[in-house]
Amino acid sequence: MNVAELNTALEQVTQVPRVLGAMVVSADEGIVVGEALMEGLQSNAVAALAASVSQKLAQTTGAAGLGSPSFVHLAAENGALLAVPAGLGLVIVVVAGRDVNVGLARLEMLKVAETIG
Amino acid sequence: MMTEDIRGLSAELARDPTSLVFLALAEALRKRGQLGAAGRVVRAGLQRHPQLADAHALLARILTDQRDFGQAFESWSTVLELVPGHAGAHQGLGFLYFRAGEFDDALAQLEEAARLAPDDPGIQRGIETVRAFAVERTTPAEVAPEEPADEGNGRAAVFGGLEGANKAVVLLDRHGRLLAGGLVRADGEDVAEQVAAFLAGVSQECERSARLLDLGVWTGLTAEAERGHVHIVPPTAETLLLLSRDRSVPLGRIAHLAERAAAAARRWLEEAE
Repeated sequence: MNVAELNTALEQVTQVPRVLGAMVVSADEGIVVGEALMEGLQSNAVAALAASVSQKLAQTTGAAGLGSPSFVHLAAENGALLAVPAGLGLVIVVVAGRDVNVGLARLEMLKVAETIG
Repeated sequence: MMTEDIRGLSAELARDPTSLVFLALAEALRKRGQLGAAGRVVRAGLQRHPQLADAHALLARILTDQRDFGQAFESWSTVLELVPGHAGAHQGLGFLYFRAGEFDDALAQLEEAARLAPDDPGIQRGIETVRAFAVERTTPAEVAPEEPADEGNGRAAVFGGLEGANKAVVLLDRHGRLLAGGLVRADGEDVAEQVAAFLAGVSQECERSARLLDLGVWTGLTAEAERGHVHIVPPTAETLLLLSRDRSVPLGRIAHLAERAAAAARRWLEEAE
């Protein structure tokens, strides 16, 4: 999959109502690999933070004997930050507004994760 | 905060080594799970105050936390030699007999404790539990009921009454230091300290992410994993609470349980201050 295909897959995620933006970041470095609708959302900083939180949660669930996380949800007063670890050391990150359908966003993110492999 | 308390108590003891402040310092260390340090402090205090029953009682509790039941028995016995009719010592001995599966002796000690302290609900609950075990003649579980001061892992009792209180709830500070609770894996290993260390800084990262994205205050962090879920909430700006459950428990229920645990944590932190 090239970057253009990745961005197209991410655009599907942004079709979910109240999803404000989506991106794929490298889990280790927190660098943005691909993105859709992330204008004005400080994607680089958010990517680094989302990657860091996802890694810490992976260490946590691993230590607790629960295995690897398949979905991470940071809930806030006015929205949410969602993350789905994908193959190749990548993490799919979605920024959503309040009252987003988290279940639907999750399904679309998992589709992108499958595409990445 | 508790760390500052410990620092203050340590300074006070350094200024006056004959002071009885060693009792408060050892208890504070015990509540933080620093059992080795707590034991050293109370033993040093006993060098100067060998007749102080409270110090022997505290040492007995620390030894019990450390699972050194033989020495704990000796310490409780010393308390009774110094203060015959010490309800706490009878209760402590009852706990140790219970641990050993000697239910008749456990009941005798607890009933004596109840006679001396009839209004102590913890002793009454202990008696009921021992009676129940005595009827079934089963081996007592890892945590016995008449030790209300902690949750059986040497850490402060914060989440009493909450399902999985000492096995699947962890309270930590922003630096990844464990404050209370426990997290026990399916193989029986308590990984609470390890998990607390992994989560150092997560609170600040969540806060920063939410601020950068203009999402307001963060309220919870959930991870769905292969064999279970974890839900993390910030009971206060300085602390983080993690609650873990297997996949059969719906995420909404986990979030609700975490909120209950967070409320208990806030109460405990306020009392500690």
